[in-house]
Amino acid sequence: MGDIVDKTCKQTPDYSLCLSLLRSDPRSSSADTVGLGLILVDKIKALGTETLGQINMAYKTKPMLKKPLDECNLRYKTIVDVDVHTAIIAIRGNPKFAEGAIVDAGVEASVCEGGFPKGQSPITGLTQKMNKICDVTRAIVRMLL
Amino acid sequence: MASSDALLPISAREEDPLLSDGSRSDPNAETHGRRRPVKGLLAVTFGLFFIAFYVALIATHDGSRSNDVKFESDGTATTASRARLAGVSEKSNDQLWKLSGDRNTVAFSWNNSMLSWQRTGFHFQPGQNWMNDPNGPLFYKGWYHFFYQYNPNAAVWGDIVWGHAVSKDLIHWVHLPLAMVADQWYDANGVWTGSATFLEDGSIVMLYTGSTDKSVQVQNLAYPEDLNDPLLLKWVKFSGNPVLVPPPGILPKDFRDPTTAWKTSAGKWRITIGSKINRTGISLVYDTTDFKTYEKLDTLLHKVPNTGMWECVDFYPVSKTLVKGLDTSVNGPDVKHIVKASMDDTRIDHYAIGTYFDSNGTWIPDDPTIDVGISTSLRYDYGKFYASKTFYDQNKGRRILWGWIGESDSESADVQKGWSSLQGIPRTVVLDTKTGKNLVQWPVDEVKSLRLSSKKFDMEVGPGSFVNIDVGSAAQLDIEAEFEIKKESLDKILGDASAAAEAEEFSCQKSGGSTVRGALGPFGFSVLAHESLSEQTPVYFYVAKGKDSKLKTFFCTDSSRSSFANDVVKPVYGSSVPVLEGEKLTMRILVDHSIVEAFGQGGRTCTTSRVYPTKAIYGAAKLFLFNNAIDATITASFNVWQMNSAFIHPYSEEAVRALSRT
Repeated sequence: MGDIVDKTCKQTPDYSLCLSLLRSDPRSSSADTVGLGLILVDKIKALGTETLGQINMAYKTKPMLKKPLDECNLRYKTIVDVDVHTAIIAIRGNPKFAEGAIVDAGVEASVCEGGFPKGQSPITGLTQKMNKICDVTRAIVRMLL
Repeated sequence: MASSDALLPISAREEDPLLSDGSRSDPNAETHGRRRPVKGLLAVTFGLFFIAFYVALIATHDGSRSNDVKFESDGTATTASRARLAGVSEKSNDQLWKLSGDRNTVAFSWNNSMLSWQRTGFHFQPGQNWMNDPNGPLFYKGWYHFFYQYNPNAAVWGDIVWGHAVSKDLIHWVHLPLAMVADQWYDANGVWTGSATFLEDGSIVMLYTGSTDKSVQVQNLAYPEDLNDPLLLKWVKFSGNPVLVPPPGILPKDFRDPTTAWKTSAGKWRITIGSKINRTGISLVYDTTDFKTYEKLDTLLHKVPNTGMWECVDFYPVSKTLVKGLDTSVNGPDVKHIVKASMDDTRIDHYAIGTYFDSNGTWIPDDPTIDVGISTSLRYDYGKFYASKTFYDQNKGRRILWGWIGESDSESADVQKGWSSLQGIPRTVVLDTKTGKNLVQWPVDEVKSLRLSSKKFDMEVGPGSFVNIDVGSAAQLDIEAEFEIKKESLDKILGDASAAAEAEEFSCQKSGGSTVRGALGPFGFSVLAHESLSEQTPVYFYVAKGKDSKLKTFFCTDSSRSSFANDVVKPVYGSSVPVLEGEKLTMRILVDHSIVEAFGQGGRTCTTSRVYPTKAIYGAAKLFLFNNAIDATITASFNVWQMNSAFIHPYSEEAVRALSRT
């Protein structure tokens, strides 16, 4: 049972991250590849939501960063509302569209991060994590093609 | 970064990404060493040059950011799984990771002015929301019909139904109500791609894939409710659907996109449906007499290992001798057959030319080394072009190709602007009767009806020149051009035994784009160019000498500097293009806001690009002719037409009536 998780994670760019993400969800022990993909999309949604919370707080603590924070707000809303939704519906029937949505999530996160002046992003750790999770998720979705 | 080194003599094959405008002030500076006049005067002159050069660098560097960052095309592939990521969707996390590390990035936000400019003037697109594959194109009772995968609710994929539009000329469209929606269990999760077949009595059947309520892919039959309605507004789904379910050995999600049927010599109808077995792409074959019950052949139409799932398979005859289209059922000694498939793994459409054996429904390629789906096999288009489908236009005896042109931008931009995706301008497709080895595509003649004013130019362009071509507004253009490299320049290169052969190594994708100068290229047009050249999209020929001393010609579109935006994909697209003895180099370019369609050598090599300039928009979009070769002078003879908009109308009876009168 854990074998599928292990086998699947070995085919992703970040084996240990993949393992820790999937094993943290009890559904993973009985999931097929689609199920594992959906667990990770859930993680993307959770991380995106958490990041939106951090962005909101940063408006108060770093008001001079309003402009890049606005951009990040837009980008992360796209991740949580649009990319995640598309990935969930596409992963079951037409996985290439799920791949596109997951890749886009990484793009949105990177663009958000890139909008801050050097060293001033309040969410660098979170955007880096988003990119890593998207890389792993994408690899799993590609197994469905 | 700026240094006096930049003024030193440079070697023949040079790369200077910082001088992204491609202009070189004096080619002779490269071949002569620095002279030694009075030292004091030299120092002052040098100082002035240094300052001016530094200023120029600052001015151009902002636009050349993407050239400064060099990516591996496949990121940092180290494991087998990474290798599978390579060569896929060009939207790559890898590329953007590197960009976000580049702290020279200016923070960038899309505004509505930039976004609304992106909408095209004369390409097919719905009023809003998401579109993908072309479906069931056909000509009936005086109207061209176009159906398409559509999301009525959002600018991203989902809730897929069949959109519908009609036209008299494949250019001026009026949208119609949705043709089919997801109202049955057998298409509850999507009314997916399908094709039309005309029966002998002139009636129409439509076969399409439904994604069932359990996400199983099945094939369904539908037909017009009223054949007396030329608009074919209403469609009826066969009560006995689905007519085909995944056969044994085929997974429930590997069975989609049925083709137009053709008549076998036994008098039955035959269709093919793409699929896969493990990593082998295949095309299944079914015979039917009534489109309701089918017999699956034991043989496959064809299969190619390691190509993955075959989507949107297309299968049709082409004449070996005549430049015209053929009905899908035509067969005979003067005919070859094309097998085309869309590769799910790579999002690339590939085709191959071969021979069809009607007795057992199989097909073999003329050249197995470029079999369907192999990375080196032929493509309709070397840019952004997928899920394409042809139909036989019995009105004008043509075979016409539709292709889905997706976006290359971010989904937040798509959501903000409220739409996503275009269709290419429909193209005629014929076998290249001169080479016999490739198809030739060309925008349908009717697109010329959009041509407004034209300007004709004849000029000689020296090496390292950028020439502004004043045509007024430059966002909607049709350009036809003929180029010749001056004989002296060609002779010099061919006669120079020491001049390195580069044709074997060169590729549009990997050779650095249009700022990389060679002996005989690049030269062509730069479209959607800002006058500062900080944003521009060069479409060009690059002629290279091969090891056999023969010349090889490449036709590329370089979108790497098309936009300041850092959330869009900006590849260099293109391919080699066959040039036969005695032929001049010709290109045609259709520019229409965020899409550039380029056709080399009469359509032997075609490349579609999506570009999203932020500054080179509205009145600031300009056209340049350029020659970035080191030594060669070229002559260019060309016409530029302003293109009218097609004014595609939302559904109304008045709009239909207005179009009927045309």
